[in-house]
Amino acid sequence: MPIRRSGASRRSASLPRRWPANVEETQAIVRIANDTSIPIYPISTGKNLGYGGSAPALSGSVVLDLKRLNRVLDIDEQNASVLVEPGASYFDLYRAVRDSGAKLWIDCPDPGWGSPVGNALDRGGGYTRAQFRNHFDAHCGMEVILPNGELLRTGMGAMPGAKTWQQYKPGFGPWIDGMFSQSNFGIVTKMGFWMMPEPEACLIGRIYVDRYEDLSALVRILTYLENAGIVNGMPGLGSPLLQRRVPADPQSDAPNNASAVDQTVHDAFYAGDDAARALIAEQVKSTGRSCWNALVKFYGPARMVRMQWELSKEKFSEIAGVRFAEPEFYGFPLSDTDLEKIHKPTFGIPSLSIFNFGIRTPLRPEPLVGHQAFSPVIPRTGEAIFEVNKVFARIFKEEGLPLPPFNLPGCVWERTLMMICVFPTSKDAETNRKYRKALLRLIAESAKRGWGEYRTPVAYYDAVMETYSFGNHALRRFHETVKDALDPKGIISPGRYGIWPRRNRKADGAG
Amino acid sequence: MKRSTAIGLAAAGAVAVVVGGATGWSLLNGEGRPATAVSRPQAPPDPAKGKLVYEYWCSTCHGRGPGHPGTQSLEVRYQGAMPAVLEDRTDLSPEAVAYYVRNGSALMPFFRKTEISDADLRDMGAYLARDREEEAR
Repeated sequence: MPIRRSGASRRSASLPRRWPANVEETQAIVRIANDTSIPIYPISTGKNLGYGGSAPALSGSVVLDLKRLNRVLDIDEQNASVLVEPGASYFDLYRAVRDSGAKLWIDCPDPGWGSPVGNALDRGGGYTRAQFRNHFDAHCGMEVILPNGELLRTGMGAMPGAKTWQQYKPGFGPWIDGMFSQSNFGIVTKMGFWMMPEPEACLIGRIYVDRYEDLSALVRILTYLENAGIVNGMPGLGSPLLQRRVPADPQSDAPNNASAVDQTVHDAFYAGDDAARALIAEQVKSTGRSCWNALVKFYGPARMVRMQWELSKEKFSEIAGVRFAEPEFYGFPLSDTDLEKIHKPTFGIPSLSIFNFGIRTPLRPEPLVGHQAFSPVIPRTGEAIFEVNKVFARIFKEEGLPLPPFNLPGCVWERTLMMICVFPTSKDAETNRKYRKALLRLIAESAKRGWGEYRTPVAYYDAVMETYSFGNHALRRFHETVKDALDPKGIISPGRYGIWPRRNRKADGAG
Repeated sequence: MKRSTAIGLAAAGAVAVVVGGATGWSLLNGEGRPATAVSRPQAPPDPAKGKLVYEYWCSTCHGRGPGHPGTQSLEVRYQGAMPAVLEDRTDLSPEAVAYYVRNGSALMPFFRKTEISDADLRDMGAYLARDREEEAR
């Protein structure tokens, strides 16, 4: 079934879908669901590929498709904010902002067909400045249909006629917006977002270091520069020797693994002992490729981004032998030539080019049919990167799966790293079963080391929630208390993110 | 698995009927017509509208030039035996277009009627099959 692609739960056989076009119709459906105790599963644009697609966690749920609530309700250039409905996609928002003439940039994830509302509620990320690429943090005010059909506005929106709904986030009293992200406590029908004013320039700097052990200093300095506000775009890590490009490299939209890399080099990166480091040093010398590279981005006035790059170079020069490439400098609007080759989301332009990661290539004659993502949050240190790779490689080996390439994490969030591992879904059921088993082991083994998932496909909601177990699952029990109070019949998205209503819980309280 | 709340289709149908009664909103398909409508004459598909639908929904993946995964994948598949850009094809039928849109293929997901309505799909099928139809005439 198509809904099972991209990591959807095997429990997810949904009933025919209903399509409201406005808030009132959506409220009416919620009331009926309450009257009849039928569970509904709202979706926005219904993509979420890699994290379960549009599949509900509970078999038999009616998928409530909000795609027709697709308006961009407000674009405020002076306040640099927008107000959108859940069915509007990043493409829609981009077009609406451009058509309005407002000099604002959207921040979008790689697949531009997703929903700003849906992505923010799943706590997705993008690529520009930290305060915008954390999509949930970038929101300001929401409207929510509660499980009883009532309409709630958060922040300043709780005041009728408020003039500052998209200006001041908390409003008065407890700031409850977070309760509607990665949850099933209500259906968000409007959400405000702060936008980045179009910068005068963007400068991309590249840093290269040659020794295996330099990764720790590279990560430490990168993190300092970001925390100090000197690097304000999304930084990235790569390895030219492994041909692992930095994610979102504006000059290279080619997928990793487009060309084969000697497995012995990857093995040396995993091992990291004296013999491995000697082999890596020899490879650096013979190939002329550096061991690691970092990429930093700066958005702002031209004079300022050049100064920020100079300050960054000074700091990176603490690493012996560090080298810098001539920086790339972009002014706006971009030229047609630039538009053809750049990573568009870095410049606030939605795209679908990310899907080249699984398409048919000369080295992969059979394209993927889906994927699921394993994305633990790990400490921002070189040591953590080495340790995570070793643990993951061991589990893959023990599960009889091909050893993945040595992987470098994404720097989407400030202060932490996210090790995104994409598991392919193939047409071979046995291979898929092995990957699912490995993913469950990775979740558990990661938790033993203090690494937790930030988001997961539907089929693993319970396994991940199980790992957030401090205080005898105090957090899950809190969620359940809230769920039972707000949604006593358990009609909205039962099981979403591991939160089950009373009627679906086992006696021991677990989902 | 732990849960399997069995809800029959009849119950789901009841939801739709009651909602319609409560709000004046009928059980609609994506085009605003009753799902049960029968033998209603359809306007002929409009390839010009279909071009707009194609540009909105498909060209981000199947467009011309770099950065279009659908086109890149078909280039490898056809090896020059057939155009990789769908708009350049002369062998596509509206039925084939509809099949792939509603079912997806490999990494391409299916598209729902709330995204591409049946009417839009007919227009787009007519657009992508425009050269084929001309040949047939």
